[in-house]
Amino acid sequence: MTTYRDAIRESIRDALTRDDRVFLMGEDVGRYGGAFAVSLGLLEEFGESRIRDTPLSEAGFVGAGIGAALGGMRPIVEIMTVNFSLLALDQILNSAASILHMSGGQFNVPLVIRMTTGAGRQLAAQHSHSLECFYAHIPGLRVLAPATLADARGMLWTALEDPDPVVIFEHGTLYNLEGELPSDAGVVDIHSAAVRRPGTDVTLITYGGSLPTCLSAAEALAAEGISAEVIDLRVLRPMDDETVYESVCRTHRAIAVDEGWRSVGLTAEMAARVSENCFYDLDAPIGRVATVEVPIPYAKHLEQAALPGCQRIVDAARQAVGVHG
Amino acid sequence: MTRKARGQTGSVEVASPSLVDLYAQMLRIRRFEERCAQLYSAERIRGFVHLYIGQEAVAAGLLANLTEEDAVVATYREHGHALARGVPMPAVMAEMFGRLEGACRGRGGSMHLFHAPTRFYGGNAIVGAGLPLAVGLALADSMQGRRRVTACFFGEGAMAEGAFHEAMNLAALWRLPVLFCCENNHYAMGTALDRSQSQVNLAVKAAAYEIPAWTCDGMDVTAVWEAARRAIAIIRGGGGPVFLEAATFRFRAHSMYDPDRYRDKSEIDHWKERDPLLLCGQLIHESGVATWEDLASIDASVCTEVDDAVAYADAGSLESVEDLTTFVLTPARA
Amino acid sequence: MGDFRMPSLGADMSEGTLLEWHVHPGDAVHRGDIIATVDTSKSAIDIEVFEDGQVEELLVAPGATVAVGTPIARISDGGLHRDVRAPEAQSPLAPSPEAQSPAAEAPKVTAPAVESPAAEKVVVGRPHASPLARRRAAELGIDLGYVQPARRDGVIGVGDVDARAAEIAAAASTATVTVPPAPAERPTREPRQAPKRDEAAMRQAIASLMARSKREIPHYYCQQAVDLHLALAWLQAENSRRPVAERILPAALLLKAAARAARSVPEINGFCVDGSFTASARVHLGVAVSLRGGGLIAPALLDADDLPLAELMTRMKDLVTRARGGRLKASEMSDATVTVTNLGEQGVESVLGVIYPPQVAVIGFGRIAERPWAVDGMLTVRPVVTVTLAADHRVSDGHRGGQALAAIEAALQAPENL
Repeated sequence: MTTYRDAIRESIRDALTRDDRVFLMGEDVGRYGGAFAVSLGLLEEFGESRIRDTPLSEAGFVGAGIGAALGGMRPIVEIMTVNFSLLALDQILNSAASILHMSGGQFNVPLVIRMTTGAGRQLAAQHSHSLECFYAHIPGLRVLAPATLADARGMLWTALEDPDPVVIFEHGTLYNLEGELPSDAGVVDIHSAAVRRPGTDVTLITYGGSLPTCLSAAEALAAEGISAEVIDLRVLRPMDDETVYESVCRTHRAIAVDEGWRSVGLTAEMAARVSENCFYDLDAPIGRVATVEVPIPYAKHLEQAALPGCQRIVDAARQAVGVHG
Repeated sequence: MTRKARGQTGSVEVASPSLVDLYAQMLRIRRFEERCAQLYSAERIRGFVHLYIGQEAVAAGLLANLTEEDAVVATYREHGHALARGVPMPAVMAEMFGRLEGACRGRGGSMHLFHAPTRFYGGNAIVGAGLPLAVGLALADSMQGRRRVTACFFGEGAMAEGAFHEAMNLAALWRLPVLFCCENNHYAMGTALDRSQSQVNLAVKAAAYEIPAWTCDGMDVTAVWEAARRAIAIIRGGGGPVFLEAATFRFRAHSMYDPDRYRDKSEIDHWKERDPLLLCGQLIHESGVATWEDLASIDASVCTEVDDAVAYADAGSLESVEDLTTFVLTPARA
Repeated sequence: MGDFRMPSLGADMSEGTLLEWHVHPGDAVHRGDIIATVDTSKSAIDIEVFEDGQVEELLVAPGATVAVGTPIARISDGGLHRDVRAPEAQSPLAPSPEAQSPAAEAPKVTAPAVESPAAEKVVVGRPHASPLARRRAAELGIDLGYVQPARRDGVIGVGDVDARAAEIAAAASTATVTVPPAPAERPTREPRQAPKRDEAAMRQAIASLMARSKREIPHYYCQQAVDLHLALAWLQAENSRRPVAERILPAALLLKAAARAARSVPEINGFCVDGSFTASARVHLGVAVSLRGGGLIAPALLDADDLPLAELMTRMKDLVTRARGGRLKASEMSDATVTVTNLGEQGVESVLGVIYPPQVAVIGFGRIAERPWAVDGMLTVRPVVTVTLAADHRVSDGHRGGQALAAIEAALQAPENL
């Protein structure tokens, strides 16, 4: 059995081994072993130069990652949580994402930024948010959300080979996800969405930490005779619209599920795209299940009430197929 | 026009420029920008244009010390750095005109000049944001065992930004080959240094990070050249980053939009007495390496160069709107 | 009484186009007054008010098409005296000569008819349907107006359109076997300036309702030949005493007998809604009337069991005339408790009808023909009619159906009592 955490660590180890331009940089990635123990043991294996502890200066080390990428390296920059990444948002938006276009195609920024996202661990309002949509908003970035062991293992190398900046979101509740990963598990594409469960009545569109919830919801719906297809977007920017459209045009109903907030978020984006492109195939309004619009609270029951749980997804799917709960 | 690198590894030595070369470089910047102001008024150039006039000695003096291998990170007031670094004047002017023939196909404009052949990394309009970038470029050099220097220009206003402190700390911590050059022109847009920062001795701030730091006369191109030469020697010698403050002054307003109400005319006049071109010209005259007539003939050739750049820009084309989204991501992923 | 809403005038109506107001704000209205004329897919129908009051405000202008249940006027109690006259006791308000001409009164867009009396629905003029349902309907040439939504929120989904398509297909195959006695007529989506019947739409409405009937109602059938020599002899004697214009047709006798039977066997007289049957205390006999342009309509002869024959005859003629003229009262359109179809005029031997939901029975009469008839072991010739009953097996069994037919026969053997 392998965990998601192990799979990511293995992907980093693999990348460090394959390409000496690759290095890992971030707060407590070295001696500490990573805030979520992702890089545990890598310092001993690869040394301080390539497993580089940084001071608490997100703008500084993300900017340094951009510079290093411009200078020919293939940096993996780890930001402890997406909330902290806002301290580096200027660098990511104004430099990493902009330089290629702004320079008229002269300078690529082959940088990979990994960060933890999401709630569910009672970490309250400054460690729990899902701000993927902030990054998915930005032209010039690729935004990935591995939700499976295979993607955790395989996305990083593809991202490092990409000439453009890639942001990878790892949902905090996934690190302990366990499963079998084939010993030859390797690189995966970073442009397509994946159908994680086929179905015929309604499409649940989701990614990252909400994928397991959607799969549970699909199971519950199946018991009621509702066949839900579950799509894992995998890539939040640029989105693989075709997989989504193909599915929705078959099921004629769609529910967008995201742990981000509802307003102006990814569910809004998914719903807009589906309605723009699948309008005449829709047999019900597009449903949205997202996080209640509050800063994530500490108390467990409040935190859970805020998140898009299984029941809310089931209810939305029922409504879409015209069976009210 | 004067940079010459000798050797890629081991001891790197840059030939000393002649005084006339430095003078000519500064004059290129001066005449180019004067023409920009004129073209801006004639609506040929739009957007924000921040003129460097008065500060030419800093770019000319410092960059005369770099090799082709080195890198430059500049600010939005970077025409002078680009020209002194060797970005062709026609490409800079065409960029100002928003033409496809511009350094960045007209996408960057005045504030975002980039030029890969000269390792000129912009052109950054977020105050302070270039510093971490320079740290990263130096980190790449350091990790790959290259003895390059990254010269990073910024104004004294940037030293109030968090990015300055984060970059200082990282560069010092990792002993990275960065020359941090603060062009202290005494006004962050309209706010005087002593109205915005508690410590006005800027070198002291950098020194707090255990970085060698000192100040030079930013109006005297020889002083800047000399100070930068010393700094780069330390950096190339593996001594880590150096902070150099060049005390200078911009003679014109912050940008073409700026009515310049926050400075006394007497203050500007005072600094103009030490116009870097004037100081350098006097030195040339006094040392006898060239005559005023020689300098006038340089001026004539510089003016021709500017005319040619304008003609080139004027004849330039506009990028097809169909290419609007080209280079958002790298085309044709391989 | 507050809001006066667009009434549902049939199981297949979802919206109506207001053609004309017969009242103005401030007018006092009495129960049974005709206050407006509304065009449905079937015909222009006079709408009556069910309580006394005063018109406060007219909310919908002539020409507007609104969903069933949409408030179209506000009518206050007004402190007026209560009028206890039964609505059917009132004659329709004398319409203006102009309004009497269907051609002149219907230069409005006519709405498609659907069943779906969702009273809270506020959609104006357009059924709620999903984009896919609309696309599918367009592809199949199906008018969404006739599609019955299965969703609880009343929105038509693609499944509903597909079901509708299946209904049409089924109706097309059964139509050759049985003649629907029931409803429908009149067009959908007429051009504003030139109203004319859209026969396809009416066919669609008939098909929709009849297919629903065949799908939902388990029909059973009985039939019985009835000797009419006593009845016709009595009628001949009766008519000989009457002016020609007031003569009574055998059809009136048959209707009256059917109405009496319906009263005596309540299981064939009433409504079955959601599987639950409610017998009607009164007998409003739906009379299938074929329309000249094609199609059928089955307006109600209210309290037919209590009408003296002469009155029944008069009412019947009036009803047929008004039905063919497209001017029926709302209660006549929606209140029938059992339907009679008489195809005798066409020479039909017998007719086994399809029940008009939510009614539970349809009584059929074929032609009256002389036949060999055995009486007390002796062969003779008698005028005979074949009476049939199609009834809802959820509500009654063949035994009761047989009793209903027996009641018809008994009534026709004692015509003096009719």
